[in-house]
Amino acid sequence: MNFDPRYSNRSFTSVGTRPIRPDGVDKVTGRARYGADFNMAGQLVGRVLRSPHPHAKIRKIDTAKAEKLAGVKAVITAADLPDLTDGDAAMYDILDNCMARKKALYDGHAVAAVAAVDARTARQALKLIEVDYEVLLHVTDVDEAMKHTAPLLNDAIFTEGLEEKPVKPSNVTKRTQFGHGDIHEGFGQADFVVKRSFKTEQTHQGYIEPHACVASVSSDGTADLWVCTQGHFVYRQHCAQLLGMEASKLRVTSSEIGGGFGGKTHVWAEPVALALARKAGRPVKLVMTRDEVFRASGPTSATSIDVRIGARKDGTITAAEATLRYSCGPYAGMWAEIGAMTAFACYRLENVRTVGYEVLVNRPKTAAYRAPSAPMAAFAVESAIDELAKEIGMDPVEFRIRNAAQEGTRSSYGPVYGPIGIGPTLEAAKNHPHMKAPLGKNQGRGMACGFWFNFGGQTCTDLNIGMDGSVSLAVGTVDVGGSRASLSLVAAEELGIAYEQVKAVVADTSSLGYNDMTDGSRGTFSSSMATISAARNTIKILRERAAQMWDIPVDDVVWEKGHAIAKGEKYGNLAALSLKEIAAASGKTGGPIAGHSELVADGAGVSFATHICDIEVDPETGTTRVLRYTVVQDAGKAVHPTYVEGQYQGGAAQGIGWALNEEYIYGKDGRLQNPGFLDYRIPVCSDLPMIDTQILEIPNPNHPYGVRGVGETSIVPPLAAIANAVSNAAGVRMTHIPMSPPRILAAIEAERGG
Amino acid sequence: MRYIRPLSMEDAVGQLAGSSGTAAILAGGSDLLVRMKGGFIEPDLILDIKAIDGLSEIRETAEGFSIGAAVSCALMGESAALKGEWPGVVEAAKLIGSKQVQGRCTITGNLCNASPAADSVPALVAAGAMALIAGPAGRRTVAVEAVPTGPGKTSLAKGEIIEAILLDRRAPRSGDAYLRFIPRTEMDIAVVSAGVNLTLDEQGVVKSARVALGAVAPTVLLVEEATEALIGRKLDEAALERLAKVCSGACRPIDDKRGTVEFRRKVAGVLARRAATTAYARAGGK
Amino acid sequence: MAGVAVSTTINGDNVEYLCQPDETLLDVLRDRLGLTGAKEGCGTGDCGACSIILDDRLVCSCLVLGAEAEGRRVETIEGMAHGDRLHPLQQKFLEHAALQCGICTPGFLIAAKDLLAKNPDPTEEEIRFGLAGNLCRCTGYDKIVRAVQDAASVMKGA
Repeated sequence: MNFDPRYSNRSFTSVGTRPIRPDGVDKVTGRARYGADFNMAGQLVGRVLRSPHPHAKIRKIDTAKAEKLAGVKAVITAADLPDLTDGDAAMYDILDNCMARKKALYDGHAVAAVAAVDARTARQALKLIEVDYEVLLHVTDVDEAMKHTAPLLNDAIFTEGLEEKPVKPSNVTKRTQFGHGDIHEGFGQADFVVKRSFKTEQTHQGYIEPHACVASVSSDGTADLWVCTQGHFVYRQHCAQLLGMEASKLRVTSSEIGGGFGGKTHVWAEPVALALARKAGRPVKLVMTRDEVFRASGPTSATSIDVRIGARKDGTITAAEATLRYSCGPYAGMWAEIGAMTAFACYRLENVRTVGYEVLVNRPKTAAYRAPSAPMAAFAVESAIDELAKEIGMDPVEFRIRNAAQEGTRSSYGPVYGPIGIGPTLEAAKNHPHMKAPLGKNQGRGMACGFWFNFGGQTCTDLNIGMDGSVSLAVGTVDVGGSRASLSLVAAEELGIAYEQVKAVVADTSSLGYNDMTDGSRGTFSSSMATISAARNTIKILRERAAQMWDIPVDDVVWEKGHAIAKGEKYGNLAALSLKEIAAASGKTGGPIAGHSELVADGAGVSFATHICDIEVDPETGTTRVLRYTVVQDAGKAVHPTYVEGQYQGGAAQGIGWALNEEYIYGKDGRLQNPGFLDYRIPVCSDLPMIDTQILEIPNPNHPYGVRGVGETSIVPPLAAIANAVSNAAGVRMTHIPMSPPRILAAIEAERGG
Repeated sequence: MRYIRPLSMEDAVGQLAGSSGTAAILAGGSDLLVRMKGGFIEPDLILDIKAIDGLSEIRETAEGFSIGAAVSCALMGESAALKGEWPGVVEAAKLIGSKQVQGRCTITGNLCNASPAADSVPALVAAGAMALIAGPAGRRTVAVEAVPTGPGKTSLAKGEIIEAILLDRRAPRSGDAYLRFIPRTEMDIAVVSAGVNLTLDEQGVVKSARVALGAVAPTVLLVEEATEALIGRKLDEAALERLAKVCSGACRPIDDKRGTVEFRRKVAGVLARRAATTAYARAGGK
Repeated sequence: MAGVAVSTTINGDNVEYLCQPDETLLDVLRDRLGLTGAKEGCGTGDCGACSIILDDRLVCSCLVLGAEAEGRRVETIEGMAHGDRLHPLQQKFLEHAALQCGICTPGFLIAAKDLLAKNPDPTEEEIRFGLAGNLCRCTGYDKIVRAVQDAASVMKGA
């Protein structure tokens, strides 16, 4: 059946209300089962041996002693994970990252693993594995890695995207460029030009739940994997491919997930657990320690960014350019490319050019982190925009409003925008009481804008009507922050029934068709679209069954407020049939009633936000305090407004942590010095104020309810908003994130000295 | 590996003296268990001292306070008498870790862990606290600053256990204060810290002063020049300036993941000055 | 390594178990007793996800040995509701959507319960500092603080 995803204006009954989430009680009583809360009979404990060196050739691994230890049931190395990737370079990188093959490429890179009867035995076994390393020179800094004198991580890599084919290998895997117009001409028209260089340090998603899985492989080749993941279908595909299994024989069940933010979109331990389980012939539980999560999962890029923006006296930007260098860890990525696409996406520009460089370094493989790559680019651009407004003598909000992209603007990365929310978020910010609140001594206010693409992707849902008329909604997008509540609301809305009548679950990979993972802010956008489609398919069947029960033509049956109604005066005596009544009769009218939907959710509307914050700086110590914070963001349509607010607040809090204190600190030896929550400082409760939110609803034309993704954009503006506030409070431009107290104090002292 | 829970100090000392291999004393466990989890220590004997009579009590005597080695920092915070006389010591103890950690950790453990950044130690040193040590040869008392000898090292001999930390009764017109610098508001380890303890005469002139700095040298620094800078003066701007200067000058910090040399040096002076101001006010100085 | 026999009280029930001398109470609860409500986020006392109450003191169960529970009283998230009647804090966490992923929630609820037991009428600042030992990465704490404020006013009225 054709499904029309276009937006149509309507009033809502369920959507927009704020009911309690269906998985809530289990989560407040400790009953909900996360990755590490599941056990199988006879299960072994898996543990991974990791390289202490940032860069080393693996000459030999001797596992004989470990294998002989009583209680050890399997020991594996790369030899147990043969290369089955068949020329697929991206899959080969995943394989090599799961278990180092020829070289260890970062501190924490897995080199071997064991499965034993208990944790103590597994730990002892790791100590008995002898690895003969040839330690190589390493490089962890993104700028250092670009120098031609830097140690090479992979001598088979020649930079792609250069005009002339390079003759020497490089740590730069790729150059990309975006933009339009003529920037030289544009800068020629400028009365003011701001040019600055910025750096941001590497951060981690910091989910509280470490990666955890339980794997079981039977001798007939069937296998089960219980795992905390943002995408169990993708995990199935990757694990099956790496282990040479048939996807249909590997059932992956996604546990409740204790945070992901992009960090649980890649396999690390799961193929290892499956390989151990296969070799041992027993289930294996593998749970990372916090130390392992920091050292060997997928943090975001460290960056180095140059920005130049020119404007006329009247406040019109005439040209903008940026060069963005993003670290990828030891394997090729497209992080700078995404950064280059997002950098100027908020603005209407005649002449714009961005260039991105993907850089290999001896750090863990970069993974997505909430609107990946965008916050760093926004930090650089929005800092320069603020500075330029100041030079022109314009209010920073007015300056942004004057240059904001609109419907019909050709974006800096190519496409022409439909209806978008950047202008409205700026106007809302301008009129927000926060903007007019007085500031005290050593306090500064900053604001910044942010953009994110959003994503739709492949989606499949099943909607099953029980004999009692209750509704089971099976979705394939993992619920990372309340989407089961939102999707239940959507099903209730479409069917015209109460929210409480719907129960949404996340189905395993054997129970539902393929779904892309919950990333790109797609969970509620795409699965709600599929749910609407499945519900409409169900309604068609419900109408048919009612028609059959009444023995009238189906075209005379309409569906309203959860009931089939016979349309027309001639049916005046027929009482409406409720969903419950039709369900109860279903055994006699053709069997179970269900609606399905398989679709590619195209048209995820782009998303914009504007943030405002007030910061106080202690000029004697460089300490900062966040006094007030306001998020204004376009949601398209907020399905469950409380959880939309939660996404805004959560993204802002992560951005605040990134801006002020979070960073990976590597020693000269290339080892990570702060792989724990004590010295990798995510914000605690007493660090933050209440985070005010304002939800704007500019309908997405490509979704029946106008929904846009809301999960990611909120982390894009904070780095810049806080940098602008700190710069205003301290009277000195901050160009290095995080703005930790030592960095702020050094900047203040340098300003005083100079 | 064995876990034992002796009921008397004599038994504990005997067990410890007679142990072979690595023995670890367990009071709050907030350092020991972290070290065990990280694989930095695998003790053959874990000696849990919490069941020893009196070790979990704060005793108030005519001479002062005796804080048992197993008294949690949370319990110190609940002692109105202790807080009344030694607010600086108590605020230092109450800054360690989180509420959860304070429910377990002890100032004796903080001292014996011998971290240069230990929160309670500068406050104890400034307060002139003594450690009562039980050992195979009987009991002895030493100044707390004599216990840590370097990062992770103490002067305790085999078989010795700190039984209590002793604080004097306060002279009139006395006050102490402790401040530390951390990047967050909670849950951090001091990047720099300062404890100040003052006694004033009737005119508000400083009669005695002890200033200690943490995380700026291998062990907590008792800054003698700071005492000189304060004694015989009211706490005017010039005295505070001088205090800040001598404290910054006394630092011998390192660059590490938590802070730079320049930062620590500068902030040590700032904190000493601010802590002195609070201590002075607490002593009734105006 | 000899096991240690422990007799203790958990959520009001007498419980006996055998554990290793170096085994944490968190591991005992989760792996031996099937009480998986307390979570291990770090294992070093830095995240609070394993918070429990031990003899009226809020502690991280990852920093307590299983052997230390001998003769003591342990309260975990599994004992917070009375039958199917949720504790006001649990109810308010649901109503305010004070959880997104929910992994930190048991720890927050236990810490908040301890906080309100000691201070029934806390200010926002007291709540924020009282819960600073519990990390949440999803919510930005806003809705958690509001839920605790709301629960406090309900509990005072009760």
